[in-house]
Amino acid sequence: MTLFPKALLIVAAFGLAACNNPDRYGNGAGAGAGQNGAGGIDVNGLGDPSDPRSIAYFNQSIGDRVLFAVDQSTISPEGRGILAGQAQWLQTNADYAIIIEGHADEQGTREYNLALGARRAAAVQDFLISQGVAPTRMRTISYGKERPLEVCSDEACYSKNRRAVTVLSAGLGA
Amino acid sequence: MTKHKSPFLWCLFAIGPPNLRAKTAHSRNPVKNEDPMKTLRSLTTAVLFGLIGLGAVTQPAQAELTIRFTDGEIEPMPFAAPDFIAETGGAEEYARNIARVVASDLAGTGLFREIGSEAYISGISSFDAPVAFNDWQAINAQALITGAVQASGDQILVKFRLFDVYSGQPLGDGLQFAGTPGSWRRMAHKVADAVYGRITGEGPYFDSRVVYVAESGPKNQRQKRLAVMDYDGANVSYLTDSSSIVLAPRFSPSGDRILFTSYSSGFPQIYLMDVASLNVRSLGEQPGTMTFAPRFSPDGNTVVFSLERGGNSDIYALDIGSGALSQLTNAPSIETAPSYSPDGSQIVFESDRSGTQQIYVMSAGGGEARRISAGKGRYGTPVWSPRGDMIAFTKQNEGRFHIGVMLTDGGEERLLSASFLDEGPTWAPNGRVIMFMRESAGASGQSTLMSVDISGRNLRAIPTEGAASDPAWSPLLP
Repeated sequence: MTLFPKALLIVAAFGLAACNNPDRYGNGAGAGAGQNGAGGIDVNGLGDPSDPRSIAYFNQSIGDRVLFAVDQSTISPEGRGILAGQAQWLQTNADYAIIIEGHADEQGTREYNLALGARRAAAVQDFLISQGVAPTRMRTISYGKERPLEVCSDEACYSKNRRAVTVLSAGLGA
Repeated sequence: MTKHKSPFLWCLFAIGPPNLRAKTAHSRNPVKNEDPMKTLRSLTTAVLFGLIGLGAVTQPAQAELTIRFTDGEIEPMPFAAPDFIAETGGAEEYARNIARVVASDLAGTGLFREIGSEAYISGISSFDAPVAFNDWQAINAQALITGAVQASGDQILVKFRLFDVYSGQPLGDGLQFAGTPGSWRRMAHKVADAVYGRITGEGPYFDSRVVYVAESGPKNQRQKRLAVMDYDGANVSYLTDSSSIVLAPRFSPSGDRILFTSYSSGFPQIYLMDVASLNVRSLGEQPGTMTFAPRFSPDGNTVVFSLERGGNSDIYALDIGSGALSQLTNAPSIETAPSYSPDGSQIVFESDRSGTQQIYVMSAGGGEARRISAGKGRYGTPVWSPRGDMIAFTKQNEGRFHIGVMLTDGGEERLLSASFLDEGPTWAPNGRVIMFMRESAGASGQSTLMSVDISGRNLRAIPTEGAASDPAWSPLLP
C-alpha cells in the first residue's frame, strides 16, 4: 500500500526517466509524510527561446497557459487558439511528456478549489487529446488555490491565477 | 507529542460527602471515566479526605451559580482561582501554573471573568480549611475554585473544589486527578472542564487537541506541515516536515489517527497517519486520480472522501480494513467535503450541481440527496455537530466569507463571523464552540486560527507559533 511503487508505475507509464515528482512547488527537501524518498524537482534546461524546439520557446511563444472565468472551466476562444498551438508543437516535438496544472484563485474554499483546478486541467487535457496529442503523454494535477502566481487580493491577480499551465518535462524515451 | 499519547495515568474520584453534590453535578457526568474510578475509590476517598464545610447541610447548592449557553445576554460570571496549595515540596510550580491554566480556560470562554489576586482579602492557606466566604463575597467572586497539588516522583496529584460563594456551598464533589508531571496541563484542563460543566451544564472540551496546518513562507510559495497543539495553542508539535503541501488533517473519533491530503507523491492523495508512531500510509490510491477531503466515519472504520477522475469529483467511501471502495455520488458536478452525522447514518456534503456550491444531505450509503442550504450566496465545507443537532459551514456572499451554523434541515441559519476569508469550521467535542481559519487579504496575507461560540459570542484568535490553517478538533481526551 505504499505510494512509492505506484509513483514508479506512473513514471513508467510516462516513459520518464528523470523525474517521478511533478510537483514543481515542493522544496525537494526529501520525505514529505514519510513517503517519496526520491522526491524532488525535475530540472529541465529551458533552452534558447529563439530555438523553436526549446521549452522556453513553448512557454513564451506558443504560450504555456490558458486563463478561466470565475468558477468556470470552459476554454475561451483565445484559450483554444493557444492550446491548438500547443497541440501542434507537441506533435512536432513528440519526446516531451506533459503535466497540466489546474489552479484557482483564492476566492473559494480549499476543497472546492482543488476540484475546480482538476476540472480546468481536465478541460485542457481533453482539448489537447481532441487535437491529436496522445493521452499517454499527459497527466493532470490540481493545485486548487495553493500556488497562486500573483499574490494581490484583487481581480487583477485573480484573473491570472485562474489558470491551467502546460508543463513540459524530460524527453519521452530519453 | 509523546507526552500526550503515552497513557495519561490520571484518575479522579469524589472528595467529600455525597450529600453536598449539587443538582448540576448529578445531572451529567463531567468526565467520561468518572464512574468506574469513583466506585473503586470511593471508600478510600471518604477516609482520606473526610468532610468538607459543614456537616449539617440539607439543601442542594443554589441554582444561581449557572450560566446557560442559550441565554441571550450573558454577563460573564466573576470567579476566583487562587494558586493551588502545594502540599509537598516540588509542587509549588504546578500549584501556581495549574490554577493559571484553569483560570485561562474559563475566562477564555467569555462566560467567566477572573477576579485577580490583587483583589483578594484572604487567601486559601489549606485545601481542607473552612473557606472565609465573606471575604470572597466582598470582592464579588461568585464562584471560587480551590485546589491542591502533591508531587512525588513521576506522579502528581491534583485536587480541587468548586464553591458557590454566595450560598457558601460546594457545587458538586471535590475531585482528584493523578498523572505524570508532563500531563499537568491536561489535569488543569480536566479541572476547568469539571467547573465549566457544573456551571454551564454543557459537556467538557478543554482537555482536547487540535491538528492543523502550520504555514510559513510567502503566499505563492507557502510551506505547509502538519502540527498538533492543545486546544488553547500550547504544546505544539510537528507531525510532518514541509517538503510537500499538506492539507486539511482530520482526527479519528478516538484521536489515535489522522487523515490528511498530501502532495508527497507529486499528486494530491489522502493518507492515514498513526499518531503514536507517526507512520503514514496512503489510502485508496488509484493512478490517474486525485483523492482529497477525507473524514472518518463515527466508528473510525470508514473514510469518506472525494475522488477526482477526468476532472470530475465524486464522493466515495473506503473501508479501511478491507480496502473496499464504494461510490456514493455519481454526478458531473463537484461533490466534495463530506461529513458523517454522529450516528453514521447520513452524510452532509457540498455540491455545485445547482450551479453554485450548496449543502446537501444523503444517506451514508449514497443515493438521492436533499439540498438544505437555502440562503443567499454559496455554501461549502459542511461539518456535522458532534451533538447531531447542527451543521457548521463556510458561506460566501457578496465578496465576504462567513462561518455559520444551521439546523440539519437547513433552518435557523446563523452567521458567526465575517471577513475577507473565513473558512473550514471544526467543532469542539461539546458541540458548543467552533474553530476555523481566517486569512487576511493581500500579498502579505496570512492565516490564523479563530474560535467562536455557536451563539456568535466570544470570537477570538488562537495563539499559534506561526501562521496556521485547516484546524480540526480532536475528541475529548480520555
